[in-house]
Amino acid sequence: MGKKLSTITFGFLMLLLPQFAFAADGNTIDTGTTSWMLTSTALVLLMVPGLAMFYGGLVRAKNVLGTMMHSFVAIAVIGVLWVVCGYSLTFGNSILGGFIGWNSDYFFLRGIDESIVNGVPEYVLAMFQGKFAIITPALISGAIAERVYFRGYTLFIALWFLFIYCPLCHWVWASDGWLFNAGAAGVIDLAGGLVIHVSAGISALVLALLLGARKGFPKSPMLPNNLVMTMMGAGLLWVGWFGFNAGSTVQSGLDTARALTMTQVSAASGALTWLIIEAIIYRKATSLGFVSGILAGLVVITPAAGVVQPVGALTLGAISSVVCYMALNAKMKLGYDDSLDCFGIHGIGSGLGVLLLSFFIRNSWMQDAAAAANGSWTVWNQLLIQLMGMVATIALAAIGTLIIYFIVEKTVGFRIDDQGELEGLDQSLHGEHGYGLVHSDFVK
Amino acid sequence: MKKIEAIIKPFKLDDVKEALNEIGIQGMTIVEVKGYGRQKGHKEIYRGAEYVVDFIPKIKIEVVVGSEIADKVVDAIKQSANTGKIGDGKIFVLPVEEAVRVRTGEMGTDAI
Repeated sequence: MGKKLSTITFGFLMLLLPQFAFAADGNTIDTGTTSWMLTSTALVLLMVPGLAMFYGGLVRAKNVLGTMMHSFVAIAVIGVLWVVCGYSLTFGNSILGGFIGWNSDYFFLRGIDESIVNGVPEYVLAMFQGKFAIITPALISGAIAERVYFRGYTLFIALWFLFIYCPLCHWVWASDGWLFNAGAAGVIDLAGGLVIHVSAGISALVLALLLGARKGFPKSPMLPNNLVMTMMGAGLLWVGWFGFNAGSTVQSGLDTARALTMTQVSAASGALTWLIIEAIIYRKATSLGFVSGILAGLVVITPAAGVVQPVGALTLGAISSVVCYMALNAKMKLGYDDSLDCFGIHGIGSGLGVLLLSFFIRNSWMQDAAAAANGSWTVWNQLLIQLMGMVATIALAAIGTLIIYFIVEKTVGFRIDDQGELEGLDQSLHGEHGYGLVHSDFVK
Repeated sequence: MKKIEAIIKPFKLDDVKEALNEIGIQGMTIVEVKGYGRQKGHKEIYRGAEYVVDFIPKIKIEVVVGSEIADKVVDAIKQSANTGKIGDGKIFVLPVEEAVRVRTGEMGTDAI
């Protein structure tokens, strides 16, 4: 009798504790996972100012604010579009043959006010995903730095988001997306190797070629105005990336732990490798090279953090730095102006990760895939699926960017006029002055 | 009165200032400048792209003194700013027509 009473009392008390609260649709909230996802959402948002600082420090002083605005304005433009229709277009049910999603309950997020999905309030998942949508077009801005109209840029990212990001995100991450379901267990892209970095990288290359180089490129030196800020930005990106990769596991468990670990390992490996490359070639390891190595390591592991192990992460990080370094050299020989190396690092590095991860997948994943594929699934099978994802991404990004470029250039104008470019974005487009320092005007 | 303009290596500023103080010069103006002469520029590397930066940071010291001590001042600067290496700088002497102390209105050598 005493035991029964204490059991009932215990049960009653448990009901009072928040982690066992019952929401309207009967799901319990997993507070552990929810706290982590809330944190991850904030961490990924932190990457946007981080990116702004990273890019901002690399351009000339007269363009520092304009460059940072390219990152910041995405928060506003995509932040609003995501809520209005983005979440529906990406995670709604497939329509138009699976090209895009649609769910009338998701417009303005009006139908998810009480929805809990696998223990996490759907708002959190929607907001988390929205941060990815925000940062992706901001990455592209690196390739077209110092030479675009603000109005052209904001129109471009709005259209790019709607017609390239939303379809691609739907294909890869929606449960009824065709790439999500390709092969035995889908294309492997944990946190956006394809969806974010390859798409941005390819679009960046296309735009860099279409818009043409900055005036004076490549003869005039265009030196970074603030590598201190770039380094700080790199630090924020690295920390934020834990939310980016580990948060993409949408749990607070073993997969999360793995993703965080591989992210750290790959970044460190990439940084060390770039350091060594420069030490050997120039006898001087540069800070810019170091942070570039960090990024090379982070982008390569982005698709792979869920399936590879530390040895794989170390290897991928190192290979990424080597290949990205070579890509940057090739860029100088080929002479196109991907100003801040969006294609050279994000496109190349993450593309490498999407493909090479095939060779480092942990056995348990391969076994599960084999079971799902009725008996057999090899590394080469998976590589083919990864390749399929790459081709689809490259095609969508390249063709879409080409079309959107023309729309923007012919309507509001994209490439800035000569006078504005000489004067600098800050003064001509924003009527502002980045630094109060005496000599920041000194650099042409 | 003479104006003495000396372009020197930045890290030599303290030595020059002390040398001038020792011969009785209590005031001066400095400007951060860039320039080059026979000293070649230096190389900077950004993501694998090497740039030769021609203009090297220097400090220009300006001091206005009575004509009779101009030579002493030039010598003091010459010795204290010297390192023996290319890029030590140059000193120029210019005539000054007039000088005024803002606070009191004193003119001429009373103003310097």
